[in-house]
Amino acid sequence: MSRLSNENVTLARTIISRYPRKRSALIPLLHLAQEQEGWVSPEAMAHIGELVDMTSAEVLGTASFYEMFKRQPIGKYLIGVCTNISCMLVGGYELLDHVSSTLGVVVGQTTSEGLFTVEEAECQAACSDAPCLQVNYRYFGRMDPAKVDDLLDDLRHDRLEDIVPPHGTLSRVRQKIGDPRQADAALSGEARP
Amino acid sequence: MTVTNPDKIVFARMHHPDAHTLGGYLATGGYTALRKALGDMTPEQVHEEVTASNLTGRGGAGFPAGVKWGFLPPEVHPRYLVVNGDESEPGTCKDRQLLERDPHQLIEGSVLTAYAIGAENVFLYVRGEMALAQERMATALNEAYQHGAVGERIFGSDFSVDVVLHWGAGAYIVGEETALIESLEGKRGMPRIKPPYFPAAKGLYFQPTIVNNVETLSNVPWIVRHGGQAFAGLGGGRATGTRLFSLSGHVAQPGNYEVEQHVTTMRDLIYDHAYGDGIRDGNEFKMMVPGGVSAPWLFEEHLDMPLDADEATANKTMLGSGAVVVMDHTTCAVRAAWRIVRFFAHESCGKCTPCREGTTWLERILWRIENGAGRPDDLDLLLDVCDNISPGLDWPPKMTTICPLGPSAPSPIYPSINKFRDEYLTHIKEGACPHG
Repeated sequence: MSRLSNENVTLARTIISRYPRKRSALIPLLHLAQEQEGWVSPEAMAHIGELVDMTSAEVLGTASFYEMFKRQPIGKYLIGVCTNISCMLVGGYELLDHVSSTLGVVVGQTTSEGLFTVEEAECQAACSDAPCLQVNYRYFGRMDPAKVDDLLDDLRHDRLEDIVPPHGTLSRVRQKIGDPRQADAALSGEARP
Repeated sequence: MTVTNPDKIVFARMHHPDAHTLGGYLATGGYTALRKALGDMTPEQVHEEVTASNLTGRGGAGFPAGVKWGFLPPEVHPRYLVVNGDESEPGTCKDRQLLERDPHQLIEGSVLTAYAIGAENVFLYVRGEMALAQERMATALNEAYQHGAVGERIFGSDFSVDVVLHWGAGAYIVGEETALIESLEGKRGMPRIKPPYFPAAKGLYFQPTIVNNVETLSNVPWIVRHGGQAFAGLGGGRATGTRLFSLSGHVAQPGNYEVEQHVTTMRDLIYDHAYGDGIRDGNEFKMMVPGGVSAPWLFEEHLDMPLDADEATANKTMLGSGAVVVMDHTTCAVRAAWRIVRFFAHESCGKCTPCREGTTWLERILWRIENGAGRPDDLDLLLDVCDNISPGLDWPPKMTTICPLGPSAPSPIYPSINKFRDEYLTHIKEGACPHG
């Protein structure tokens, strides 16, 4: 449990500067905290509140509304199996049963070594690739039990680290702040186009 | 059967593996519309082309985009464009494909729209669970700034606009435009009380704001390049142009398909070899969700309905988000209805009582029917609860809530009870699901 790192505070300040009002940066900053720790701790929420001029209660009020913010530690890999209509029609529930029984946890729990957390998910917008699941919000479509077994094996042996970063990391590309033409021109000494 | 094969508009680049890169986009005519607009057209002319195209919103409500833009009060600034990329309507997966595979098309459409409406800022709200879409959009925005297509003095013109990538954190309700605005203000994503009815008047920070869907804006570059009349020349009636349909469920070829509106029918979409290619395993068609799970179900007698919003309204449903979920004869109507209603119960934000309480009770009643504990008067009870959420069970639905989520919950229930009453009664009488 900790506050944002110095590096992330710098990043947070640049994110805040992109919005007309500070509190618009709240959800991106909660994601930043989750990227740092894998979950969103009370200390992180209090720190974010200081950065965007909100009380801890206001930050918690927003954070608790959204499904993705985990307010207690979870596994390195969050496996969300979709059971909504398009997936249910082609075996979504059977897939969820297979994942949870293979890992030996009930839905919502984390495996004892802390590697996997299993969730039942609502529609993930991959309906034409049903049944689908996400690992840390990376898609795996047209799944079946055999493919799940291979996927779990790959994850256990760190074979998918390039595709699936640890829980909390969403985009591994950050939007450059402001006008990067200016920044790049300043670096290279070239005139702007 | 009328399967036309017009030039693709929003999916024109889908066969290019690198269409998501700036190089791939420029090689396929990318950013020529923006250069044309900033060089030769006034903002009013861009707006007029979009109005002439009769492009309608592709997120669900189907409101004409040019008319929506016209609701902005003149001379009130700052004003904002918010791109709704929070695609979460079950069955819908088209916007994600546009975000991941053609992000520059959306950026170009967004900048053109910002130019037309005079917006100072664009906020591009991408659903939180779409990590690849966020990476592709961030990369594309960095490239677009570098290329001079976004930022200060775009392509050397006097027009400047920033496009800020923003992302959500998991909440279906945030697809509703006032809830999206609340979320973008760092709040819980709960819809705002109306009036004001339109964010165009009072939106983000209570300033004039246009909220448009990803697919809607992705059409704008083509319309500017080819003219609104060329777009209006496709389709028919008020359903102009092409539109994307996400086809899923028990079809042989599920996928996202761009089809010409009005002339193509639901039967074409489901059965034609170019699209769904029929029901899987030679099974029989039973029912379908015609436009996202908020839309009342349709049945075999509706298969020849043209893909046209007005035709859907005439059939007491909607094409909504363009998500068609096909269910074959092996599907239990009660279980399918239960799963959809469970979704609404889960996603209700809790602000309005008929939705918060109604969806929860509907889910419980359907669950007990499906699992053999149904009571003889449960069908009347279901319809009564539905009627309390949306009096009269008509379409478009009567509202007792401030957003359409609550009135969407009856959509699978009353059509399936009307059509398959015996199936419901068998569950109750036999104390079990006949489908096992």
